[in-house]
Amino acid sequence: MTAAERAPRASLFRFAAPQTFYPLAGRLAPWFAAAALVLTLAGMWLGFFVAPTDATQGEVYRVIFIHVPAAWMSMFIYLVMAFWSAVGLVMNTRLSFVMSQALAPTGAMFCFVALWTGALWGRPTWGAYWVWDARLTSQLLLLFLYLGFIALTRAIEDPRRADRAGAMIALVGAVNVPIIYFSVKWWNTLHQGASVSLTKAPSMASTMLAGMLVMAFAAWAYTLAVTLWRVRPMILERERHTEWVGAVLEAEGARAGGGR
Amino acid sequence: MQWDSLSAFWDMGGAAAFVWGSYGVTFALVALEFFLVRRRRLDTVRRLLRWRRAVGKEKKERAA
Repeated sequence: MTAAERAPRASLFRFAAPQTFYPLAGRLAPWFAAAALVLTLAGMWLGFFVAPTDATQGEVYRVIFIHVPAAWMSMFIYLVMAFWSAVGLVMNTRLSFVMSQALAPTGAMFCFVALWTGALWGRPTWGAYWVWDARLTSQLLLLFLYLGFIALTRAIEDPRRADRAGAMIALVGAVNVPIIYFSVKWWNTLHQGASVSLTKAPSMASTMLAGMLVMAFAAWAYTLAVTLWRVRPMILERERHTEWVGAVLEAEGARAGGGR
Repeated sequence: MQWDSLSAFWDMGGAAAFVWGSYGVTFALVALEFFLVRRRRLDTVRRLLRWRRAVGKEKKERAA
C-alpha cells in the first residue's frame, strides 16, 4: 500500500497525497493569478505615478520595480527547490521532487529577467551592459544552475533517477544563493549594496520601497499560480496508472470535447 | 505626479529604451510562460487520455 492510498490522518499531511493536492492546486491557482494581476497593477501605479524621480538617476531607476523583485524571487525559488529536494530525499515523498521541478522554469525566468533588466539598467548608469563583478557573475551562475537542473531532470528517462539527480543539483547549487546575496558585502562590486535589509532603515523613498514590495508580492503570487498550474499535469503524468487519474482524465476529456 | 504629458511619460526622461525594454521583455516572458503552462496541461490530458484508451483496448482484446 502506498502513502497515497492510506487513509488521511493529519489534516496538513492529507495534502501531501497527490489526489488531494491535485484538485486543491487547481482551486488555488486562479486566486493567486488574480492576486498577482491586482498587485502588479497596484505596483506599476506606485512605481510610475507615485514614486518620485530619482535625484541622481532620473527616470531609469524605475527598472527597480522589476529588477529587485525578480532577483529576490530567483534566489528564493532556488532555495524552495532545494528545500523540497531535501524533503524528497529524506522523507522519500515523490510529490516534493515534482514540486521542485515545477518551480524551476519560473525561477529560471525570474533569473533571466533580473539579468536582463540589470543589463538595461547598467548601461545608462555604469556605462556597461555587463561587468564581471561578483554579484553579476554569481547571478549568471544561478541561471546556469537552473538550466542545468531543468536539462538534467528532463534528460533522464527514469523519474526516480531524474528526481535524485535534480535534487543533488538543487542542494549543491543552493550554496550559490547566499554567495549572491552577500557578494556586495564580501567583494568590492560595481553593483550597489542592498537598499533594503532587515537590520537598517531602507535607503530609498518610502513610495519607491512600497512599489518595490508590492511588485515583490505580485511576483510571489504569480510564482504560486504558475507553479500550481504546472505541477498538475506533472502529477497526472506520474500517477497515470492510478484510478483517480483515470477519473480525472475522463472528466477533463469530456469537457474538452472527447479527448482528440 | 511627475509627468506633464503622455509623451513625457513614454520618453521616461530619455531612458525609454531601457525602462520599456525591461518591462516589455518581462511581461512578454510572463505571457509566454502562462501560455506554455496552459498548453502543456491540455497536451498532457490529451496524450494521457489516448494512452489510457489504448491500454484499455489492449486489455479488452487480451481478455477476449
